[in-house]
Amino acid sequence: MIRRWWPRGLRARLIVAFALVTALGAAAAAWAGAGAASGAIVSETERYATETTAAQIEGIAPQLEYPPDQAGLDRLRAAVGADTLVTYGDLRSGDWTVADLVTDDLRTAVRVNARLATQRVEADSTPWLLVGTPVMFTSPDGTSAASGIEVYSAHDLTGVQERLDDLTRSAVGTALLALPVAVLLALAAAGGVLRPVRRLRDTARRLAAGDLDARSPTKGSDELAELTGTINEMAASVQSSMAAMRRMQADARRFAADVSHELRTPLSTLTAVAEVLGDAAERMDDEARESARMAVTETHRLVRLVEDLMEVSRFDAGTARPRFEEVDAAAAVRDCLRARGWTDRVEVDAPGLVRLRADRRRLDVMVANLVGNALRHGAPPVRVRVAESGDRVSIEVADSGPGLDEEVLPHVFDRFYKADAARSRTPGSGLGLAIALENARVHGGDITAADAPGGGARFTLLLPREAEDR
Amino acid sequence: MAAILLIEDDPMVRRGLQLALGRHGHEVEAAETGEDGLRRFRSTVPDLVVLDLMLPGVDGLEVCRRIRASSEVPVIILTARGDDFDVVAGLEAGADDYVVKPAQPTVLDARVRAVLRRSVGTPDGVREHRDLRIDTASLAVSLRGEPIALTPTELRLLLTLSRAPGRVFSRQQLLEEVWEHDYLGDSRLVDNCVQRLRAKIEADPASPEYVQTVRGFGYRFGPA
Repeated sequence: MIRRWWPRGLRARLIVAFALVTALGAAAAAWAGAGAASGAIVSETERYATETTAAQIEGIAPQLEYPPDQAGLDRLRAAVGADTLVTYGDLRSGDWTVADLVTDDLRTAVRVNARLATQRVEADSTPWLLVGTPVMFTSPDGTSAASGIEVYSAHDLTGVQERLDDLTRSAVGTALLALPVAVLLALAAAGGVLRPVRRLRDTARRLAAGDLDARSPTKGSDELAELTGTINEMAASVQSSMAAMRRMQADARRFAADVSHELRTPLSTLTAVAEVLGDAAERMDDEARESARMAVTETHRLVRLVEDLMEVSRFDAGTARPRFEEVDAAAAVRDCLRARGWTDRVEVDAPGLVRLRADRRRLDVMVANLVGNALRHGAPPVRVRVAESGDRVSIEVADSGPGLDEEVLPHVFDRFYKADAARSRTPGSGLGLAIALENARVHGGDITAADAPGGGARFTLLLPREAEDR
Repeated sequence: MAAILLIEDDPMVRRGLQLALGRHGHEVEAAETGEDGLRRFRSTVPDLVVLDLMLPGVDGLEVCRRIRASSEVPVIILTARGDDFDVVAGLEAGADDYVVKPAQPTVLDARVRAVLRRSVGTPDGVREHRDLRIDTASLAVSLRGEPIALTPTELRLLLTLSRAPGRVFSRQQLLEEVWEHDYLGDSRLVDNCVQRLRAKIEADPASPEYVQTVRGFGYRFGPA
C-alpha cells in the first residue's frame, strides 16, 4: 500500500483536491498581493528617506567650509537629524549605533560610485533602512566632484515591517477563511457528481443480480448523463438478447417436451397391445414369434426412452418437483435391487438403518441408474456401499471392470454419451447417468465419478440427510 | 373379472386397453367423452371406472367428482408421470388409485383387482369401538346405528387399521396391504383416503377419534 495516504472515496478525493487548490490559490494570491504591497511600501519609504536626506544635505552644504572640521561635520549631522553618521577621511560625527550598522558594502558603493545608495539591514531584530550619500561640491568651472564627506542616515523600519506583517496575516486569514468555503463547495460538487454515480452503481448492481428491467434516469447533458444513457442502452440490448435466448431455449425445451408428450399417446396403444401380441406370439410360427417378441421388447425400450426424455425435459424446464419423505436409504437400495432382480449380481454393504429425507422414487431411480450402468459397462462383482458421515449419506457404486478412461471421465454424465462405439447398442437410454445427476442435484446432493484404487469405476452419490424443499 | 367402464378420448389407446384388459378377463365398456362416460355409468353401473384425465368437454376431474357424488364405485385415473398436479387433483376428486401412462395392462389389472377387493384376511366377527360398528363378515360399517357407505379402498383401510387398534401402521405398510403397491407406492394415496374416511366416520375430522395421525410415522386406529 504505497499510496495509502491518498483517500479512496471519490468524495474525499474531491474535498482534498478542492482544499489543496483553494489553499494554493489563496496562498499565491496573498503572496503576490503582499509582495506587491510591501514592495510599494518599501520603495515609498526609501524614496521618502533618500529625498529627505538629500534635501537636508543640500540645505546645509553651501554653508560648509572645505575641507570641513569636526564642528562642520557635527553641524551637518545635526541638520540631517538623529541616527546619522557623517564621515570625512578619519573624521566622523555620529553615534556608534549607526556606525555599527553601516556595512563595508554600502561604504564602498557610496565611495566608488559617488552616488546615493541604500541598504536594508537588521540589527537586534530591528529592521533598518540605511541611506548613504556622498556630499558633492561644485567647482567654479561647473564640474561637480565628490567632496569626500559621506553622510549615512539610518531609518527605523519597524513600523513598516509591522504593516507588512499585518498584510501577510490578513492574507493568510483570508486563505484560511476560504478553506471551509472550499470544502463546502467540494461537498456540493461531489454530491452533484456522486448522486448519478451512485444511481449508476445501484442500477449496475440490480442488473448484475438479474433484474434486467433496471434503468437509471438520465438528467442533464453532461458526461455522466451520457454514461447513464450508454449503460441504459447496454442494459436494453442485454435484456433483448437474453429474452431472445430464453425464448429460443424455451422453444427448444417445449419442443422436446411436446415431442415426448405426443409420442406418449401412440406408446400407450403400443404398450397396451404389446402384451396381447406377446401372449399370442407363443402360437405363431418361428419368424412371426421372433418379430412379435422384438416388437414387444422394443416397445418397452421406447417407453423407457421417452420417459427418460420427459424426465430430462422436466429438469430443463425446472418443473421437476421432488417430494421428500423419511426414507431408510439401506432399505431403499435393497428394495431397488430386489425389484430389478439384481440381488444375486450385486453385493450390498449397508448398516441396519440409514435415515434420510429424500424423494423415494428419485432415490430409486438414482440407485437403479448407477447400478444399471455398473452392470452394463463394468464387470462383476458390483458393490454398493451405503454409509453415513455427519449430515450426509453416501451411496457408493463400484464395479470391477476396466475403469473409466481419462477422455471418458469428463463426459460420463453427458446426455447420450457413448464411451465405446462398439457398445452403442446397450439397452440403456443414454440418459441414465444424466438423470441420476439431476436427481442428486434436486436433493441438494451430487454424484462424482472416479476410478477406484483397486481398479474399476466408482460412482459416489452424496445426499444431504435433510433435503430442503426449494 | 369385473365390469369396467373405460373413459379415454384417443380411439387407438381406448381400443388397445379394451383388448388388453379383455384378455385379463374383464368386460370393458368404452366411452369417448366425459359426457358419454357419465351417461354409460348411469345406465350400466360398472364395478370400476378407468378414467383418462385429459378429456375434451367435461374433463376427467369433473367426471370423477360427479361419479363420486352419487356412488362408491372405485375410480382409477390414468395420468402422466410428473404431472403431480393431476395426481393430487385426481385424488382430491375422489379417485382410489392412479396409473402412470403409458399404462401396462398387467399393472393396470393388478390395480383393478386390488381396488375391487373389499375384505382383508378372514372375517373375525364384529368390531365395536364406541359408536362405530364394523362387521368383518358382511363388510358393513355403521355409526350410531346408521349404515355408512364406504368405497372398497376406504373399507379395506378401515379393516386393516382396526384389526390391531393402537398399532401404528406406516404409510408404506398401508400401501402394500390396502393398495397392494410395491415399495415405491405413493404415500399421498394413503393420506387422501384417510381424509375421505375421516369425513365419513369422524364427528370432527379435524380432531379425529378413530383414525389418528402419528406424526412422522403413519396412522393408528384410535380407541385401543
